[in-house]
Amino acid sequence: MINLVWLVPLFPFLGFLITGLGRNKLGKSSGWIASLAILASFVVSVGIFFDVRSLAHGDLEHGGGSSVIVPLFDFINSGTMHIPFALQVDALSSVFLLVITGIGFLIHLYSISYMSHDDGFGKFFSYLNLFVFSMLLLVLGANYVIMFIGWEGVGLCSYLLIGFWYKNVDYTNAAKKAFIMNRIGDLGFLIGIFLLFSKFNTLDFKELQSIISTGNFSTAYITSVALCFFIGATGKSAQIPLFTWLPDAMAGPTPVSALIHAATMVTAGVYMIARSHFIYTLAPTAQLVILIVGLATALVAATIATQQNDIKKVLAYSTVSQLGFMFMALGSGAYVAAIFHVVTHAFFKALLFLGSGSVIHAMGGEQDIRKMGGLKPYMKITYLTFLIGCIAIAGIPPLSGFFSKDEILMSVFNYGAYGKAFWALGMLAALMTAFYMFRLFFVTFHGEFRGTEDQKHHLHESPALMTIPLVVLALLSAFGGMIGLPKLMGSPHLLEEFLEPVLERSLAANPMSNQLSQSSELLLMGLAVCIGVLGILMGWFYFKKYDAKKEVKGLLKMAQDKWYLDEIYDTLIVKPLFKGSAFKEKIVEKGFLDAAVNGVGKLVEVGSTKFRLLQNGMVGFYMFMMVLGIIVLFAMQIWLR
Amino acid sequence: MLIVLLILVPLIGGLLAMLLPAKMAYPLAIITSVTSLIIAAVSYIQYTQGAELIIDRTWIEILGARFHAGLEAGDGLAVLMMMLTAIVFPFIFISLSNKQPEKANTFYSLMLFAQAGLMGVFLAKDALLFYVFWEVALIPVYFLSSMYGGPRRIPVTFKFFVYTFAGSLIMLVAILLIYRHAPIRSFSWDSFVSIGRAMPASEQTWLFWMMFIAFAIKMPVFPFHTWQPDAYEQSATPVTIVLSAIMVKMGLFAVVRWLLPVIPLGSAQWMNVVIMLSVISVVYASCMAIVQTNIKRMIAYSSIAHIGLMCAAIFSHQILGMQGAAIQMFNHGITIAGLWIMVSIIENRFGTQDMREMGGVAKVAPLFTIGLVVISLANIALPLTNGFIGEFMMFNGLFKTVSPYHTLFTVFAGLGIILAAVYTLSMIQKVAYGPEGVKTASFTDLTMNELVVMIFFVLMILVLGFYPKLLMDLIYVQP
Repeated sequence: MINLVWLVPLFPFLGFLITGLGRNKLGKSSGWIASLAILASFVVSVGIFFDVRSLAHGDLEHGGGSSVIVPLFDFINSGTMHIPFALQVDALSSVFLLVITGIGFLIHLYSISYMSHDDGFGKFFSYLNLFVFSMLLLVLGANYVIMFIGWEGVGLCSYLLIGFWYKNVDYTNAAKKAFIMNRIGDLGFLIGIFLLFSKFNTLDFKELQSIISTGNFSTAYITSVALCFFIGATGKSAQIPLFTWLPDAMAGPTPVSALIHAATMVTAGVYMIARSHFIYTLAPTAQLVILIVGLATALVAATIATQQNDIKKVLAYSTVSQLGFMFMALGSGAYVAAIFHVVTHAFFKALLFLGSGSVIHAMGGEQDIRKMGGLKPYMKITYLTFLIGCIAIAGIPPLSGFFSKDEILMSVFNYGAYGKAFWALGMLAALMTAFYMFRLFFVTFHGEFRGTEDQKHHLHESPALMTIPLVVLALLSAFGGMIGLPKLMGSPHLLEEFLEPVLERSLAANPMSNQLSQSSELLLMGLAVCIGVLGILMGWFYFKKYDAKKEVKGLLKMAQDKWYLDEIYDTLIVKPLFKGSAFKEKIVEKGFLDAAVNGVGKLVEVGSTKFRLLQNGMVGFYMFMMVLGIIVLFAMQIWLR
Repeated sequence: MLIVLLILVPLIGGLLAMLLPAKMAYPLAIITSVTSLIIAAVSYIQYTQGAELIIDRTWIEILGARFHAGLEAGDGLAVLMMMLTAIVFPFIFISLSNKQPEKANTFYSLMLFAQAGLMGVFLAKDALLFYVFWEVALIPVYFLSSMYGGPRRIPVTFKFFVYTFAGSLIMLVAILLIYRHAPIRSFSWDSFVSIGRAMPASEQTWLFWMMFIAFAIKMPVFPFHTWQPDAYEQSATPVTIVLSAIMVKMGLFAVVRWLLPVIPLGSAQWMNVVIMLSVISVVYASCMAIVQTNIKRMIAYSSIAHIGLMCAAIFSHQILGMQGAAIQMFNHGITIAGLWIMVSIIENRFGTQDMREMGGVAKVAPLFTIGLVVISLANIALPLTNGFIGEFMMFNGLFKTVSPYHTLFTVFAGLGIILAAVYTLSMIQKVAYGPEGVKTASFTDLTMNELVVMIFFVLMILVLGFYPKLLMDLIYVQP
């Protein structure tokens, strides 16, 4: 099965071509074709998953150890640079394959119903398939270049899908902003690649890993590579300072927010760093930077999320905050916990976004939670599944979010001298998570209905094609934590066992290895549960009877206005760039460079007009000039002597 | 024989076009350019199979100048440029099928003369012959841009001509200065290279700057670029395509063939200054591009930024950088030609070049929009388009430059990657997205011949982006 891995990206690519070329003729069937393509990829991915498992146990006779490289053709081969178009299958990529194709399939199904009234139905599915293709390439690439191809590909699809309703200028601005902010990160990623290539002449993961982990290189060099890659990750995974594009990206259709801006694409940065674990393990300074940035992002985004009134914006900031948690895990060296949180987050955040889509659908396009309320009796399935998602993200056992978040906080607690301070701040972010989620939950589903009469008549539960994915995702959110039960509970941590062959050395270097005593681990767990419950109670206390008219003031108002980050960037970067360029055009380009060129031309023209006058045809004047010349020459001769 | 045909066929075609009645000019131009393309393709195949195509005859005996031209092993860049020239011309002609220029026979004969001159520039192995073709390529383009184009075309073209011609003359002086050192009278490339190797560094500085300025004006790099946005804006689109897709590559090509090997010490001594100018070119032109409202000027500045990166990569003195530049010189030619054709469609339909008056095309002309988006993505070097591979190699080469400033150069040039996204996406947004403007209602989708041309460019962009081996083999260097 592993040698057929090229089928996994091929199916969505064919789906893209078919639905793209036939978008005017296929009608509603394009949704099914696109979904089928993803389903086919999922089936192959499942097969690959089992192969990789037996591979790790040594059943297969592959020479490659725990990972298999499937070369397809030479992408770049110039003699000075050799980049094969090769795919790499190992535990890490196969986990991502399952998440991408599995959740991707559910979201495709959901979209068939959600997008059914849209003019661009066929176009939507062709973009969606192109996205899945790019994302699969990103996680399957055997070197940084193939990864980068996928990396840019998902960025392009994100751009196309955010600006899907292209008539709205705000939406296309959001799309443009997302692409450009990602490009800023990409420059960092690229410079990291240049640093690696100029030293090792290869960009292959396996080769680099064996060179770097056995050789002895200066910490400064390794740290700069690590930091450059992290800059790339801050763009794609929406971390400080490049996170402001993600909330704006909610301009896209809701299934897009669920698939791209919650479950898959935004976790690409986490994948990239986990894939480069052999670099980060040798760069503790970079790890500390990642930990701090992740923590700061988790906190800042959570504060903003508590004050948003757009249902999708709350979820978007929540995503940024949860991504911050994943980076905290990476920074503290807990790669498995980071991947674990990627998986569980994909379950419950996709669920929450699809649930919000169901709500928006019922409300006839309304996204402001101040105009909702009391939806519970009208949409039972959406209500229940959304509740499960909220409990999962709030970190209440035994739902999935608890286990992954707990593992992250535990490893942060263990991190060096400041670990406990970081842990305390992480707990604060966790508290806010539970609070803002249940604020959203109570304001949306409980209390009085605050919309118009028309909307009230229109309220209904979504069709089965939308609710089935909700139910499946709710089950996954509820029980997905089973793949990573804490050792404390006596059962094996399945995900860690599975990923171990890939991360081997880096796991050994992980501070987690100095285990806490059982009692303190239990204590931390208990505290985490208490924090989650406290957050829920606070949400219930403040928002069980919500008054939409109350205005927020002071600090809370600043949080609602996103701490004015967009305005700050605008003043510090965007405006100076445009003003400066306009100034340069006026002064340097037109006023100096072009004027100088024209000046030379003018000089010749004016000069020759004047010189021409010397030729006036009067012999006497010529004689006079000749004599004058002779005198000057004599004078010069005497002078120079 | 093939070499002679490559130059002679467009030359004869041009002469015939001038003599025959105007009605015949268009079919003749198509036939001639397609024949050239076939000859070029045959030459390409023979070259890849290891054949050396060469012609070497006495030309001006008293000066020792020879008609020496051809494609030998290691001339991959020349093959690429030859192919680019052969590919671009027929597609320019096809795109003109339903809007013939006035005085068609003058137009087509001048175009074909330019093609002959360009072929000669890329094939010449004799410095004097090279110089002659350099001018032969320039003069028809001068007439073309002064006869066809916008209202300000006469002063603009005059500036363009005087500027580049002044550069050419400086180059001629430099050629003659080197020629003076020749033990036996010869303009041959081999003789020039051996003279250059023996020349002391102090003497090379002058020659280096004379030749570099000539080539820099042609490319153009900062601060020699001011003729270019005006010329691109005012010339008719077919002429702009010849200028931007092929002619500006003459400068880069000349650096690779006639500057670096001939003046090695001078080039090495001044490489940091040249790379600095090129990097300034990238950032400066990108900044100019983001504030343009005229679509043609925006693309002109975008082109300067791209050329700047190629120049920097060539002067990195790294094989990888030069290979990247070679790949990019070809691919940029394809992309920019496609982009200009899209722009000419925009200009014809909207009747303006001002992007503020456009908008909403995506709704009324979806096929056109797909073409515009794909070609624009190639312009910002998105992976799996043809723009990526060359740019990636160039940056890696630039980063490997043996210079204390290599990181600085790379990071600053890298800003161009970000800014390219800014201006290109803004262009797409202003043209295709948003509410439909007043003039958008009459915007019709692509006609059949436009569709054919667009599909060709889109396929080239995607195929070469996904499978660059077709180009890569030409510039392969044994590690």
